[in-house]
Amino acid sequence: MVNNEGEVNEKKNIGKNQLNLFLAFFRVGIFGYGGGPGSIPLIHKEVVDNYQWLTDEEFGDVLALGNTLPGPIATKLAGYIGHRVSGITGMINAIIAVILPTIFLMIVLLMSLSSIRDFDWVNGMTAAVLPVVGVMLAVLTWQFFKKAGKGMGWIQAIVMSAVVLVLLEAVGVHPGIVIAVLIAAALLKPDKDRAKEGDRS
Amino acid sequence: MMLYWNIFVAFFIPGILGYGGGPASIPLIENEVVQRFGWMSVQEFSEVLALSNALPGPLATKMAGYIGFEVGGIPGAIVAVFATVAPSLILMILLLGLLYKYKNSPKVKRLTLYVRPVIAILLGMMAWRFFVDSYDGIGIWQTAFLIVAGYLLLERVKVHPAFVIAGTLVYGGFVL
Repeated sequence: MVNNEGEVNEKKNIGKNQLNLFLAFFRVGIFGYGGGPGSIPLIHKEVVDNYQWLTDEEFGDVLALGNTLPGPIATKLAGYIGHRVSGITGMINAIIAVILPTIFLMIVLLMSLSSIRDFDWVNGMTAAVLPVVGVMLAVLTWQFFKKAGKGMGWIQAIVMSAVVLVLLEAVGVHPGIVIAVLIAAALLKPDKDRAKEGDRS
Repeated sequence: MMLYWNIFVAFFIPGILGYGGGPASIPLIENEVVQRFGWMSVQEFSEVLALSNALPGPLATKMAGYIGFEVGGIPGAIVAVFATVAPSLILMILLLGLLYKYKNSPKVKRLTLYVRPVIAILLGMMAWRFFVDSYDGIGIWQTAFLIVAGYLLLERVKVHPAFVIAGTLVYGGFVL
């Protein structure tokens, strides 16, 4: 039945990719407490550290753009990364892996419980997870800050972070707007070395 | 058929107007599901939201999946999730595809550099919110203990986050 070994290997690889995508986002889905934002460190862990589908820089770009676009963040990340790794199938696979287990759990629980009060013990469990997710987010914060410092110099990184913090917290500007303005600034600012831009493809 | 169209509309609108991820789209979902289409009472909606908050995974899709299922069975659930996820995802894939086509352009490299501090601050603010929520819920000592224990396990001992979270869930189930 098998007549081409290379083809079979390729198929095996695709199958393995799909399985890995499913496992990675399944773990994100069932361990990501605190909604989408709580699963960002887990996605980072799986996608950058564990399977190396994206570099840290790319993850930062994806996260930034994901934040400027509307809609839930975790499925946007899952869908995009799934798509990058193995096309439309990967995209659907990753989204299903991240959302289906808990939707299923939720339907079962709401159908079987007579009252939400029966569910108090779960709240204790969830409460304990919050600070741990906080730690993961803080670690990721530090990693990005360190990268910013190394990339643009510490002084500029600190000044820029301070300005952004004031804009977001004190002035109450929406993060999507801040990122959109920065993206526009990066793309519209004239280049010093135009010659280099020619060989972009 | 009309029903599925309504489900699509009810979740499409929060999906494209909900800036700031899932949590930001909750009030918009409430507006559609309770006020406009009257599929649920405020009481029912808040119970669904409470359970969503207690369970892992992304919030908005959990709400969409469950409400879609209640209103229109399994096809309803699929339509609701699709309407929540698809519009912004398609936009994202197109925009990032465009961006990576010009990957080596200095403009795009600069973009990566510029957004880094913002991402750091956003993540930092999220971390802070999680700490504050935890402080409000379980007090300073439990929060501090869990932060220190979590940090040591994750960053020093290098335990996989999934195990740390599973361990924390057990701890919370018994102790808190």
